[in-house]
Amino acid sequence: MDFKVGIIAMPGAALSNKTGSFANETPVFKHKTCTGCNLCIYFCPEGVVYGDKKTKIYDFDSDYCKGCGICAEECPVDDIEMVLVEK
Amino acid sequence: MKQVLEGSMAIADGVRMAEPHVISAYPITPQTHIVEHLSQMVADGDLKAEFIMVESEHSAASVVLGASACGVRTYTATASQGLLYMEEVIYNIAGMRLPVVMTLANRAISAPINIWNDMQDAMAIRDTGAIMLVAENNQEAYDMHIQAFKIAENQDVMLPVIVNVDGFVLTHTFEVVETIDSIDKVKEYLPPINMEYKLDVENPYSFGTLGEPSVYMESRYNLYNAMNFSRNIIIEAAKEFKDMFGRFYGGLTDSYKLDDSQTVIVAMGSVLGTIKDAVDELRESGKKIGVLKIRSFRPFPEDEIVAALKNAKNVIVIEKAICPGKGGILSVEIRDSLFKHKINSVSVNGYTLGLGGRDITPKNIHDLVARAEKEENVDGEFVGLSQQYL
Amino acid sequence: MLTKEETHNEFFTMGHTGCSGCAQSMSVKLIMEILGKNTIATNATGCLEVFSTRWPESAWKIPWIHSLFENSAAVASGVEAALKAMGKKDGITVLAQGGDGGTADIGLQSLSGMFERNHDVLYVCYDNGAYMNTGYQRSGLTPFDAYTTTSPSGKESFGNNRPKKYMPEIAMAHRIPYTAVASAGYPMDLQKKVKKAKSIKGAKYLQVDVPCVPGWKYEPKYSVKLAQLAVQTGLYPLFEAEYEKIISVKKISKKVPVEEYLKLQGRFKHLFKGDAGRAEIEKIQKIADENIERFGLI
Repeated sequence: MDFKVGIIAMPGAALSNKTGSFANETPVFKHKTCTGCNLCIYFCPEGVVYGDKKTKIYDFDSDYCKGCGICAEECPVDDIEMVLVEK
Repeated sequence: MKQVLEGSMAIADGVRMAEPHVISAYPITPQTHIVEHLSQMVADGDLKAEFIMVESEHSAASVVLGASACGVRTYTATASQGLLYMEEVIYNIAGMRLPVVMTLANRAISAPINIWNDMQDAMAIRDTGAIMLVAENNQEAYDMHIQAFKIAENQDVMLPVIVNVDGFVLTHTFEVVETIDSIDKVKEYLPPINMEYKLDVENPYSFGTLGEPSVYMESRYNLYNAMNFSRNIIIEAAKEFKDMFGRFYGGLTDSYKLDDSQTVIVAMGSVLGTIKDAVDELRESGKKIGVLKIRSFRPFPEDEIVAALKNAKNVIVIEKAICPGKGGILSVEIRDSLFKHKINSVSVNGYTLGLGGRDITPKNIHDLVARAEKEENVDGEFVGLSQQYL
Repeated sequence: MLTKEETHNEFFTMGHTGCSGCAQSMSVKLIMEILGKNTIATNATGCLEVFSTRWPESAWKIPWIHSLFENSAAVASGVEAALKAMGKKDGITVLAQGGDGGTADIGLQSLSGMFERNHDVLYVCYDNGAYMNTGYQRSGLTPFDAYTTTSPSGKESFGNNRPKKYMPEIAMAHRIPYTAVASAGYPMDLQKKVKKAKSIKGAKYLQVDVPCVPGWKYEPKYSVKLAQLAVQTGLYPLFEAEYEKIISVKKISKKVPVEEYLKLQGRFKHLFKGDAGRAEIEKIQKIADENIERFGLI
């Protein structure tokens, strides 16, 4: 008798759900004025932004990014731009 | 060892023998003595348990829910209003398949407020998915609590078990109770709890997820099946208990002088003592009468009931609860069981007695036996009303 | 440095169905970064529960349990008691979570019980100021004059006619060892408070201001900006307290008029019509000024 059905889920199983399909817009990391402040990582509600303070190279995981635009809005040096997703 | 024990003390001692890890408690009459005794045992070092004095019954049930999900043995107790307050948590405990054991000291429901015994509270939670056993006397209450943990924690059951004991009639009455001397023997009967799924940082499952329409029914079906399956485990637990400790009260039901009975009285709980006395007297005067005791109300012992009643002419169901707008509850379920098995030669007369602590006397039983012969399929009729208040 | 693989190994993962721009999921992510693997979480019914654990999916990689709306703190009490009974409490953080309704309204009793028994539990209230999961109904933490579906504005109404309940001070009145208020707008401050709470034994209360895109009615990109404005106007004072004593406040660096905060949100748009609305904004400014005075924010 499998009593897990409907009540017990496996750890991190949500990763199978590619929420990138939510996005209407998607960030572009321009890598021009970036200071490596990491705010885009801190503020991403999904945790999809990653990168390196030293190289100042950042990117995001389009499989899960919902395109909220917080990273672009909060970037202190306007180094992230939101562009429309082609669907 | 034979001791004269208050019912609550017998229950507390039975619980102590099962060595629960976490106990939550909130006072409500007539359950309070049970948790008082348990807290004293913890204070004296006779029981190693986390004793959590909560701020409500809702939290009492929620604390044991959380603790049980961590894979430890848990216990709580309540009555009446307290039970109704924790009802949604009981549904939740059952839905999450957590083997919590609790005592329900059966008591009337307000209004009017009344602290005395009936079984209306138990009837309010009959569909929660909790197994509901009913003890007849303090000895059975003691033994039943030990069995309850074994049933709840069975890997194919994994459901809460609620042990019903009549408030005051059992909880506050002193009787001779034979307690078990060896906790090791209890351990042999009741091995340590071992849950496959629990809250554990090494195996981090998520419990209590959102069950969408695509899966909710299947989840409920699994619970329904487990409840049905638990019939075997309840019977097994009673038999194993008999083998080990020598005492037996039946599995899902028990019978008393049933063999040739044309009239059968069906009831649950402490009132069975009075009924059996009356039946002895009636037998002496030549009446073919016997008693069917319901030991497990949920799961409902349909097969046992049909087997016990199919040759009777007249069944009298004595109920300390009523369903306004319908009538009897237990009597309706018994009638339905017989109907399903196409037995229509039996008249099932359901009577409502003993609400809010009104005594049920041997005379009541004699009167009902005489009355039931003239009646057919009475549905929850009130017996013994005082005309001056109507 | 953070790699793509590492982002997938967080204890609160992506793939949940929170709204785009959700400040609650942002806060959970930040909190879980600090608490880490050895955490057992409980969750009240609400957005977080629904969007993070749609069976068979779960965004949690720590043991997590949802029971009911009002019992997150009581379930956490039971978890803590079980860990103690097993001798496993040391090194494990018990995290209880709820929204503002599940915390300050329906869950207040069980929360009070958990506080007063001083269980070693960190309770986090994600405060978005209404019952967002059921569609934006008023809670005890809905701010003054906010539109919700049960405190609508209209000819006879400017929205919610009562000020927000001071929940952190209710926590402090229990004399628990640590109470803190944080904001999704200040992640380092939030994480610092979580770190501190993690190091303290006993009951802890952390309330986090989490702007809600559909409930507050703004563009998703403004979640952080609004959280910061709530602090900079004085409407959402951030502070820490030990027992009943406030030990630190986050000072306002540059005081902002409340209007700047209100005008970005659809839930306050009825205040920007006519003189009567202007008078209401004055009342909200007064609330902010009183906070600034009371907590010494400047």
